[in-house]
Amino acid sequence: MVPLSYYLGLSAVLFCLGVLGFLIRRSIITIFMSIELMLNAVNLSFVAFGAYLHTLNGQVFVFFVMVVAAAEAAVGLAIIIAVFRTRETLNVDRVNLLKL
Amino acid sequence: MNQNEPNLYLWLIPLLPLAGAAINGLLGRRFPKKVVATVGLVFVAAAFLLSAWASWQLCHLPLNKGPIVENLFSTKDPLPWITAANFRVDFSFYLDQLSMVMILVVTGVGFLIHVYSVGYMEHEGGYYRFFSYLNLFMFFMLTLVLSSSYLLMFVGWEGVGLASYLLIGFFLTKDSAANAGKKAFIVNRIGDFGFLIAMFLMFQKFGSLDFGKVFDGARGLPVESPGSIGILTAIALLLMLGATGKSAQVPLYVWLPDAMEGPTPVSALIHAATMVTAGVYMVARSNAIFSRSPLALTVVAIIGCVTALFAATIGMTQTDIKRVLAYSTISQLGYMFMACGVAAYSAGIFHLMTHAFFKALLFLCAGSVIHALGGEQDMRNMGGLRKKIPWTFWTMTFGTFAIAGFPPFAGFFSKDEILWNAWSSPYGNKILWAVGLITAGITSFYMFRLWFMTFFGERREAEKGAGHDSHGHANNGDHVHESPLIMLVPLAILALLSFTGGWVGIPKALHGSDLFNRFLSPVLSGVASAEPENPGLEVELAATSVAVASAGLFLAWLFYCKRRDLPDKFAAALNGFYTLVRDKYRVDELYDWLFVQPIAEGSRKLLWQEIDVGTIDTLVNEAADSAQLVSNEARKMQSGNIRSYAGWVALGAAVVVAYMIWVGLR
Repeated sequence: MVPLSYYLGLSAVLFCLGVLGFLIRRSIITIFMSIELMLNAVNLSFVAFGAYLHTLNGQVFVFFVMVVAAAEAAVGLAIIIAVFRTRETLNVDRVNLLKL
Repeated sequence: MNQNEPNLYLWLIPLLPLAGAAINGLLGRRFPKKVVATVGLVFVAAAFLLSAWASWQLCHLPLNKGPIVENLFSTKDPLPWITAANFRVDFSFYLDQLSMVMILVVTGVGFLIHVYSVGYMEHEGGYYRFFSYLNLFMFFMLTLVLSSSYLLMFVGWEGVGLASYLLIGFFLTKDSAANAGKKAFIVNRIGDFGFLIAMFLMFQKFGSLDFGKVFDGARGLPVESPGSIGILTAIALLLMLGATGKSAQVPLYVWLPDAMEGPTPVSALIHAATMVTAGVYMVARSNAIFSRSPLALTVVAIIGCVTALFAATIGMTQTDIKRVLAYSTISQLGYMFMACGVAAYSAGIFHLMTHAFFKALLFLCAGSVIHALGGEQDMRNMGGLRKKIPWTFWTMTFGTFAIAGFPPFAGFFSKDEILWNAWSSPYGNKILWAVGLITAGITSFYMFRLWFMTFFGERREAEKGAGHDSHGHANNGDHVHESPLIMLVPLAILALLSFTGGWVGIPKALHGSDLFNRFLSPVLSGVASAEPENPGLEVELAATSVAVASAGLFLAWLFYCKRRDLPDKFAAALNGFYTLVRDKYRVDELYDWLFVQPIAEGSRKLLWQEIDVGTIDTLVNEAADSAQLVSNEARKMQSGNIRSYAGWVALGAAVVVAYMIWVGLR
């Protein structure tokens, strides 16, 4: 059986990748995907703990996260499309009209 | 309250004038003058009639029954006005022989002066304002004399100060009037400070401010030794400080002469007959406290004595007719305090009453003269008015003889009772009597000086543009005219009172009944005379004072009627001293140099420029500047760049994780 620390390590690596992607990339789509990556990294650690502790709590939590993520994807993608239609760019650094 | 005791509706007495003040003050602007005057008169007349009725009822109760205490709206249970922990003051009114005399004087003389004002103020602007203020004054004055506790008395005390301020500054476009009002207000505050501290001490000692409880408590304490300052002495001295402010005694008398800037009926009502006597009333009311403190009595007597002489000497040299009367008022108030200071409270109240009659009369006559001369107030520009305004002349003659102390006028009896008590009371001594006698002579001199200068000899040429035109008529010296009937009737009534008012208190030595004294005796338990009754001596002293008054009359006649050149020669001979007295001993300048300038300079240099601008403003500005400096830096963190926020979040999370790994989980 794969020990817990492997799962957690993978989860941490995925999360860090998500953070880095969020910080470095400029495309809104990529940033969005990075967020999904971070969510799923957390999901992985939930599931891993759930299996390790033989409880269902972790598994149930993952479903909630997935539901939220799905809703977020729906709203988020809609926003991205709207942004693209008006601005004709997906570069976050240029979507700064409200900035002081 | 006892069931068979009559309900006297005491609360209505002060509230009626308040209603008048409210009606005139709120709606009077739209009323024609006749309506304003009617409203003003009707409410005061109603208060007078109610007072008379209540007094009638009181006189028919047994003499030693004690005071009648009634609550607001005549409720059976005391109506608490302020309650806090064990502190409680009721809104109730207190009628005994002393307050009865006061309400009769206040409403009676007050009503006559209201009537007079109808004529006098006819041509002035702000007619409704004037009557509203006058009625307001009546409300506060009646509250003052009818209150059943020191705190309610203080309400009236402050209220009359307010009314006085408003009425001194009645001609509000005139700078000097506004300043005089402010001066009166500020000087009075110094006295009020004493009154307040006295109340604090009373509450601390007796646990109440109710007259009944405080006096019972004070009566339970022994007479304090003259050498030390005990609690009663402290209370008495502080109350006296309040009285010196309100009643214009040395050293706080300076506001009263300036208060003559107000219209003449105001000078008569507030600054002669009623308000300024509030201090005397308060001292007499607090006789239970004062009588137990020989030191305080001595101080009261000395202040009264010094004030009487001091103000009388200034009165000799003044040329403004109203100012002569103002200093005369201060001097007469000094007499009243002298009486209180020798524990002859009823003599003080007796003089208060007769003084209210003749001084109101004198002021109203002076107003009538000023009215006749179209605003002229300088006696040097008067003269020979005897034939032209005979009514004013004759009534003023009554007033002058009354204040000078010639029998059988009112002033003779009251002044003589004071002098006799100053001589014979255990607290009195011969020096007080001698100073009182000299003052009587001076009083006679300056009053007859006024009388001769105004009514006798030839009319002196009026200099154009009379200086003190507080009465707003055009200065037209050729049209000397007698005042209208509505002004003359009050003069006649007051003249009658000045003539007969003293007869209620003719001493036994002169085969009188001493009625006034006996009537007040349940309230004003004076100290029994140490010397045995000595009618012969009393008659001799009375004769002496009449002789002195006659000497004053003779000198005034000599100086101002027979030998007109004498005053100037006399003044030249006493040059330095004369100018000093004429300049009122330069007390105003002294106070200005001693208090006003240091305070003004201190306020400007220290409080304003140093503390306010230098410290407080700088501090606030520094705080604002440094906040701006810091936020200018801190602002940069809020870049609006989401990625940098996320970076900060990630960094923070990393720090937390690192902490948990290396420190927290250990």
